[in-house]
Amino acid sequence: MEPMSAHAATHHAPPQGFIRKYVFSVDHKIIGIQYTTLSLVAAFIGMALSWAMRIHLGWPDAHIPLLSMFSPNGAPGGLMTPEYYLSLMTMHGTIMAFFVLTAAPMAGFGNFMLPIQVGAADMAFPRLNMASFWVTFVGFVLACATFFIPDGPPLSGWTAYAPLSAVGTVAGPGQGWGQNFWGLSIAVFCVASLLGALNFIVTTLDLRTKGMTLSRLPLSTWAWFINAWVSLLAFAVLLPTCLLLVLDRLGGTSFFIPAGLVINDQLQPHSGGSPLLFQHLFWFFGHPEVYIIILPAFGIVSHILPTFIRKPLVGGWKAITYAMIAVGTLSFVVWGHHMFVSGMSPFMAMVFSVPTLFITIPSVIAVLIWTFSLYRANMRFDTPMLFSLGFISLFISGGIGGFFLAQPSTDSYLHATSFVVGHFHFTMGLSAIFAAFAGFYYWFPKMWGRMMNETLGKVHFWLSFVLVYCVFMTMHLTGFAGAVRRYSAFVDDFMVPLIPTQRFISVAALLLGAAQFIFLFNAIWSRFQGPKAPDNPWGATTLEWDTTSPPPFDNFGGRQITVYHGPMEYDGEASVMQTSPEVSVAGT
Amino acid sequence: MLMESSPYGIEKKKLGMWVFIISDACTFAAFLFAYGYMRVGAPVWGTPFEFSSILNGMLMTAVLLSSSLTMLAAVRAAQAGTKASANKWLGVTMLLGAIFAALHLREWFKLIGEGWRLFYNPTGGAAQFGATFFSVTGLHLTHVVTGVIALGFIARGYNQGRYDESHVETAGLYWHFVDLVWMFVFPLMYLMNAQ
Repeated sequence: MEPMSAHAATHHAPPQGFIRKYVFSVDHKIIGIQYTTLSLVAAFIGMALSWAMRIHLGWPDAHIPLLSMFSPNGAPGGLMTPEYYLSLMTMHGTIMAFFVLTAAPMAGFGNFMLPIQVGAADMAFPRLNMASFWVTFVGFVLACATFFIPDGPPLSGWTAYAPLSAVGTVAGPGQGWGQNFWGLSIAVFCVASLLGALNFIVTTLDLRTKGMTLSRLPLSTWAWFINAWVSLLAFAVLLPTCLLLVLDRLGGTSFFIPAGLVINDQLQPHSGGSPLLFQHLFWFFGHPEVYIIILPAFGIVSHILPTFIRKPLVGGWKAITYAMIAVGTLSFVVWGHHMFVSGMSPFMAMVFSVPTLFITIPSVIAVLIWTFSLYRANMRFDTPMLFSLGFISLFISGGIGGFFLAQPSTDSYLHATSFVVGHFHFTMGLSAIFAAFAGFYYWFPKMWGRMMNETLGKVHFWLSFVLVYCVFMTMHLTGFAGAVRRYSAFVDDFMVPLIPTQRFISVAALLLGAAQFIFLFNAIWSRFQGPKAPDNPWGATTLEWDTTSPPPFDNFGGRQITVYHGPMEYDGEASVMQTSPEVSVAGT
Repeated sequence: MLMESSPYGIEKKKLGMWVFIISDACTFAAFLFAYGYMRVGAPVWGTPFEFSSILNGMLMTAVLLSSSLTMLAAVRAAQAGTKASANKWLGVTMLLGAIFAALHLREWFKLIGEGWRLFYNPTGGAAQFGATFFSVTGLHLTHVVTGVIALGFIARGYNQGRYDESHVETAGLYWHFVDLVWMFVFPLMYLMNAQ
């Protein structure tokens, strides 16, 4: 028998040739960069879709000439139809939730950093890792392809509620092949996520180097590890949900379509299914999904903060890690709070309301750990730190909205309004994006070997931070005022007074999008023209900063890594690398 | 290369297979949850299986259970280093898997011949019977067929010396899992639907 399969992953030699090296690469670092790039492209597509929606919401009569070139049926003369608005909304949600927020913080940074942070040369299953990326890529292409089929993308939102998503073209344009493509795209994405989660779990448990006990894992590794478990269980349920949906659509079954359903005066040939079954299955995935999005953000911020406050987090590695484990575990028993107004038994609403309030406890503990850790800290305000602080601010603001929505009584009013849109954009959308930006600015020197421009980074942060509040805090207010979500225009009499506020949101959203081009410019320019990065520009202690920038093919240049400390060995200016045998400075 | 083996190293293929099994169990659980939901929600469900179908199901169960035993023998033989014996038992396991699939397909074709469809119940009960029966057993059958093919690759690689006994053991984990799932599918899909 071979000596130890644990280092089988290190056996492959550096690849030769462009295709093997940069396209179909098995190197976790290249795959991490591929995921990050895919997410960046997806983020800008998703942002462009939100621009089109916001222009229409602010100026319902405005003609957008570009849109008519893009979709002559969906936007004749550049004026989008209500159906096309829903298509844009669906694809904005799908692309952002799956291909940006799920992919970037976990598969992007996690792939690049996790093996290095545990002292391994690669992931446990490098070829499976390559397959994960390319399967994700296929899913992304399928999702984007919906724009180019005659009827356009589906209308049913990123949640694809049945029966709308299950009945076919009778429900509107895009519900034919658009929805089929959507189902296939997400099924494929599930497979990729499952393979990725499997790889993360095995790598973390199996490939840790000497001395890297679980208590010495960096907090980002902890978060990716916990998150891999959550992904593994959640995507394993979304996959059959997509399959049953596709069976309903193409196989004639009636899992999700009730008997006697009449659409556009046509009696549907289905009987006995239950739309609630779809919601139960979807949200069993869907609620853990929002934690799949936010847990890596917890990890990235908890990883970055100690570097820039020069001291360990309050409670050490244990408090924050246990909080993350509690969040991940509880996320599986709260899904019914998405269904308070779905016709589910009111008794069940109470049952789901209680764990929903419970899950705020570990979330609040995490927030308190971050904020209390700032107390009397010798803070450095580099861009990664600013975005980490921005994350904490947005997560708190969004979380406060959550208290209103966790109550079935207040939720009955707020559920269908833009209050919910503002809430989830704060908590899972922009919080995760800010943490991803923090990670991007923090790890850019390691990933590409060059420093990003700090001034542009700070301008990017402040513009984003202020404008994000302008957009999504205002949405909370319009929600209170009764602005219904998913409406393509607010032309009914009681909503007319809101139009100036809608325009304010639209202008802020356009500016917010424009500010992201500062980031894009900074990233591309720094990639080629930025000053060369030292090995450890931030004075951090974890293993990824204990090698060259960028790291060599086997991560440590053949060096044998032994770990002696936890990752938060800071005391003011003094810090000790995890690999240094010196006595610890903070006594953790 | 120069990396020392991990001091925390447990066999990574085996760990990976366990993780996969946990995930796959969730997938089956979602299908079975949908079945339960449909069944409880249907005004009239109908239990169409005659004794001959149950007998066929029992035969399939016996075949699949036996194949777990032969798989165990293959793993034991591989761990003892007796290659010929391990190959023989792998072959028997594949054969039993194939017999299971054949018996299952016979049952499927019989039902289809009687007019059962994904969306149609010829006995007048809930149309969901066909939908749930074919999708749940279809998913399981896919796992069995995949397993037989995978065992073929493992046996070939093991024979040629490319794979070792750990590969046989990992394949065994998968095989036992597929067997275990059947222990849920058989009572839920067959016994509970006996006339």
